[in-house]
Amino acid sequence: MSNTKFTLTKRSFLKTGLASVAVSAPFVNRAWAQTTELTMLGWYGTAEPDMVGAFEEANNVKFIPKYYAGGDNMLAALAQNPPGTFDIIHTDAEYAKLLVANDLVLQLDPEDYAFDDLLHDDFKKFAGHWDASGNLYSLITRFGHLGVSYNKETLTAEEAATYDIFWDERLTGKVGHFDWHLPSLGQMSLLMGNASPFDIDAAAWQAVQDKTLSLKPQVGGYFDFGGTFSGLKNGEMLAMVGIGDWVTGILERDGAPVSSVVPKEGGIQWTESYSIAKTSNKADLALKYLDYTMSPEGQVKTAQMLGYPGHAVTKAGRALLNEVDPAEAARSHQVDGDPQDPITLINEGRIKYRDIPVQQTLEDWNDFWSEYKNA
Amino acid sequence: MRRLNAYALTFRLPIIIWQALFFIGPLIFVVAMSFFVVKNYRMVETFELTSWAKMISRDYVWSAYRYTLVMAGSAAAIASILAFPAAWFLAFRCSARARQVALLLLIVPFFTSYLVRTFSWYTILAEAGVLNGGFALFGLGPFKMLNTPFGTLVGYLTLVLPLVMILQTVTMANIDTRLVQAARNLGCTPARTIWSVILPAGKTGFVIAALFAFILSFGDFVAPFYLGGSNPPTMPILIIDTTKAGQQWPRAAVVAVMMMLTLFSIAFAAIVYSYRKRASR
Repeated sequence: MSNTKFTLTKRSFLKTGLASVAVSAPFVNRAWAQTTELTMLGWYGTAEPDMVGAFEEANNVKFIPKYYAGGDNMLAALAQNPPGTFDIIHTDAEYAKLLVANDLVLQLDPEDYAFDDLLHDDFKKFAGHWDASGNLYSLITRFGHLGVSYNKETLTAEEAATYDIFWDERLTGKVGHFDWHLPSLGQMSLLMGNASPFDIDAAAWQAVQDKTLSLKPQVGGYFDFGGTFSGLKNGEMLAMVGIGDWVTGILERDGAPVSSVVPKEGGIQWTESYSIAKTSNKADLALKYLDYTMSPEGQVKTAQMLGYPGHAVTKAGRALLNEVDPAEAARSHQVDGDPQDPITLINEGRIKYRDIPVQQTLEDWNDFWSEYKNA
Repeated sequence: MRRLNAYALTFRLPIIIWQALFFIGPLIFVVAMSFFVVKNYRMVETFELTSWAKMISRDYVWSAYRYTLVMAGSAAAIASILAFPAAWFLAFRCSARARQVALLLLIVPFFTSYLVRTFSWYTILAEAGVLNGGFALFGLGPFKMLNTPFGTLVGYLTLVLPLVMILQTVTMANIDTRLVQAARNLGCTPARTIWSVILPAGKTGFVIAALFAFILSFGDFVAPFYLGGSNPPTMPILIIDTTKAGQQWPRAAVVAVMMMLTLFSIAFAAIVYSYRKRASR
């Protein structure tokens, strides 16, 4: 048996106490400055450090990203995760209306945002962001245009300025598709002269299908993000249907000889917005992030986003982009007076906003897409 | 009445539990899921034939099915033929030591991710890649190899060729070499020896190797997607497409069940064939 006695003197008590405080101090400090986590459901890149780093630092926030590809996956993630999982939802405009219809997102106060500063009037009451009663649910944050993406060593910009170029014999086996039916079939619908490419009757839909099937001999493959990038970069694909500067812009920044142009038949606009999940218990902080994304600094970051570039939606954002990164502003045509200025293209009526099929179901379009891939 | 042998059961139980938990359970769930429906992007547990009716009435499902069968069958046949000479050499012409080293080297590719190995083919098969660079020296090409069925086959062989070679080597190494010597002594040509002695003696091993190659290729998503450009899609790509669009997991389950029934049938037929005794004359 041990003879050791346990005695607590005043001196040892003080020594032990001071040592304990010293050892635990860092943990206490860390606890006091507890970082708040904001979970974002979004397209790849939206919660990366280049986008959210400054906000995280300024507000002691840590973004937890949950990335998806395609609006269907976004809706599925919301349906299959417990309420409260997500705080901020980054989505395409055509799916934002489904968020509103399914009562999944918080109502926003229009008074909080400078709608007068938006670059185009269409952006102020963007379809799907407001409900029928005029209540705001989603905030437009960036956009881009889809057209003909091409290899500059094979085609000139003039040659690429029509969707008919996809049938050019120089491109046989070299036309790639981004593997999503909406943009590709939307472009085919534009080529068939449909003023509202996603709102077409049965006859027009049949014509779109026939025209698309006639492209099959030209098609070299159907690709995801990675395949699209590598196909264009290594020259396996000389033209791509269903994409735009959001892909070629990244490759152009790296010096690849590729570019995108909005053809004479018109282009399709993808529009992204932020919403706040109705079940979020950090709505105040999420609202603060929405404010940040609409600030000039936030808009510059969204235009420069490393994941994939987009266009600023506010005048102040575009002005700051021209000031701090004139090269990127020029490359992406976000310069007043540029003939390919995205706002000019909208004003000229050459841009149609991407939507989900109106007279057919998404399933109809997807079924045909599967048939086309197997044709 | 037979008494329960606790000793034997102790050794059998883990594999029974393992199979029940990780094979039979999920299998039953996938079959059940094929009768569910999706409403508002959420699966509803019910018993409806909607997904089955939808999928089996679509031509594109059957064309993907035929294409997958042909490609996986081709991969199994090509891998078996390509592997045979090397396996024969390792089994009959190498020292035991050299065979061990060769088998180790055949295992090494599996240390690297299959996805990485597949992507590395990009630099070799691309039109501006290594192979076409070599052809260009002889004034040939460029040949389109990526995003073609050839690209898919290359991917499948990347996955299965080392495995088939290992199985064939082990199979032939276990054949009694006296049988081979006797055949030669009795005047058989090398080809006749292979046909009449080696192939029958190692039939089970050869069939199992080809079966593995078929099963792995039939279910592979990576090669047809990244090297074949999904053009045309295979059954695993169809599963991905189906889940991407409208979160139709029940329809994906139908495709999965079709694939499993096919694999069960082919595996059963292959096993029966490989263990069947030759008819006495």
